[in-house]
Amino acid sequence: MADFTSLGAKAIRDGVASGDFTAREVAESFNAAVAAAAELNAFIVTTPDHALAAADAADQARADGKELGAMGGVPIGMKDLFATHGVQTTAASHILEGFTPQYESTVSQNLWNAGAGMLGKLNLDQFAMGSSNETSYFGNVASPWQKAGTNAAMSPGGSSGGSASAVAARIAPAATGTDTGGSIRQPAAFTGICGVKPTYGRCSRWGVVAFASSLDQAGPMAHSVEDCAIMLGAMAGFDAKDATSLKMDVPNWEAALSSDLKGKKVGIPREYRMDGTDEAILDSWEQGKNWLKDAGAEIVDISLPHTKYALPAYYIIAPAEASSNLARYDGVRYGLRDLPDGAGLQDMYAETRAAGFGDEVKRRILIGTYVLSAGFYDAYYTQAQKVRALVSRDFDNAWSGCDLILAPTTPTASFPLGSLADDPLTMYLNDVFAVPASLAGLPAMSVPAGLNPDGLPLGLQLVGKAFDEQTVLNAGLAIQERAGFSALKPNGPEKWW
Amino acid sequence: MSVDKQTVAKIASLARIKMGDDQLEALVPELNNILDWVEQLGEVDVTGVEPMSAVIPNTLRLRDDVVDADPVTGGGKREEVLANAPAAEHGFFGVPKVIE
Repeated sequence: MADFTSLGAKAIRDGVASGDFTAREVAESFNAAVAAAAELNAFIVTTPDHALAAADAADQARADGKELGAMGGVPIGMKDLFATHGVQTTAASHILEGFTPQYESTVSQNLWNAGAGMLGKLNLDQFAMGSSNETSYFGNVASPWQKAGTNAAMSPGGSSGGSASAVAARIAPAATGTDTGGSIRQPAAFTGICGVKPTYGRCSRWGVVAFASSLDQAGPMAHSVEDCAIMLGAMAGFDAKDATSLKMDVPNWEAALSSDLKGKKVGIPREYRMDGTDEAILDSWEQGKNWLKDAGAEIVDISLPHTKYALPAYYIIAPAEASSNLARYDGVRYGLRDLPDGAGLQDMYAETRAAGFGDEVKRRILIGTYVLSAGFYDAYYTQAQKVRALVSRDFDNAWSGCDLILAPTTPTASFPLGSLADDPLTMYLNDVFAVPASLAGLPAMSVPAGLNPDGLPLGLQLVGKAFDEQTVLNAGLAIQERAGFSALKPNGPEKWW
Repeated sequence: MSVDKQTVAKIASLARIKMGDDQLEALVPELNNILDWVEQLGEVDVTGVEPMSAVIPNTLRLRDDVVDADPVTGGGKREEVLANAPAAEHGFFGVPKVIE
């Protein structure tokens, strides 16, 4: 059997459309790669038949002379936060184990409509709460990358760690992710792939298990900027079923891709130069400036004065929204029920939630409950929302002097699984550069920039104005062309799984 | 502000999560660490700033006032709604007895 697993989404779609190979061959190839990669623990369930059925439909469409969709014949991984009709959807939590949605999320349906198929449901941090993929009820996900000279399992980042691991290991050409405070960008950076968090409202949240509704956004994770542009185009679009969905046309991002940045001003926020940031990350940031300059952009210094307050504000707002959203898991309508003999309704709620939620989820529900409780609401929650307004205003002010912002995606490269597990606060700091754009709802992406001295990937982050995914993608393309990341390790990470 | 064991027990009860003594005790320093850290938000001058809840300007839409505007969410889906219930009985969600 020929191996197609080195191909990305665009190469697969174009190859199927031109008849170089069949979608079925591609799906079989990836199904086999998924089956052989159990050690990564990237998937919670696999759905080889779904991938084959979509592939056969794409092959049939081609045989009938029909136009293939934007993702025609591309098998993808689906983060297990998206409701998939008839396929278990768990958010990586015991409380939803066995839950089989009777409907399809809008984003996944959009992808199927565009011709994609599903390889399986990808592991993640439980309810997308985590930055290392160690909070899943279904076990840690390992990154395919390892530190040079060691074989300790490294974190793929989180919460979209299964997505990142699967794409980086080339057992899926692309995958969906969701980003509440960096959950697409940080794992993309850790695993040397691209990931886009679009403007808040671009992708429908309908059928996505809710974490913090004012922040949650879906987006693509893939090998190249082109693949991300294609997949985001297929995922996005107005949806009447999501009250915060943007009623705007979806631009053809793929067609308008251009790495010529003449006339663009790139802001470098001085507040992002923080203590504790790796030397190698600061070096890659410098390199990034030079690459964008080389692409024709002008580099300007900017200030985002409230940057340091973004993360603490996030850790009030996100848990507050989560504590409210997760109130629905009560053992009544779906998911786990824990009903000891003779217990009443209130006991059933408390027992069910104690047995069903993991420690990090409980921690965040308690913080959220506390900051929303009478007497503390104004001091914590209202104050955090005001700070959020200031963080957002910082960006508005910055746009008077620049068109996009370049920053590191993370303060460090990936770390060994287990090394931060006892230290929630240090874990939270992973998202220090990612969270401000989330609070402001802005489009942002991570692009691979290089490898650190340990041979681990580093990412650069681009943040754009609201609705201007195009400039973000274009600058990402300019970096991709100059960083030559795919040439550093042409076969990807050393295969150990 | 900081929490003690009694406060954590109160929050856990409000959140309907059963917790043993050892769990409550372990959470006191964990939550206080996080609360100490978010305390720095108090330094920010927020005079005249409106709290932000919606980040991208958007208007709240009303759908047409018709029955079953969307066939998925419109109703008439009892079997599907109950399909994942831990105890569906007689077309309803079953719960332990609440009235003596």
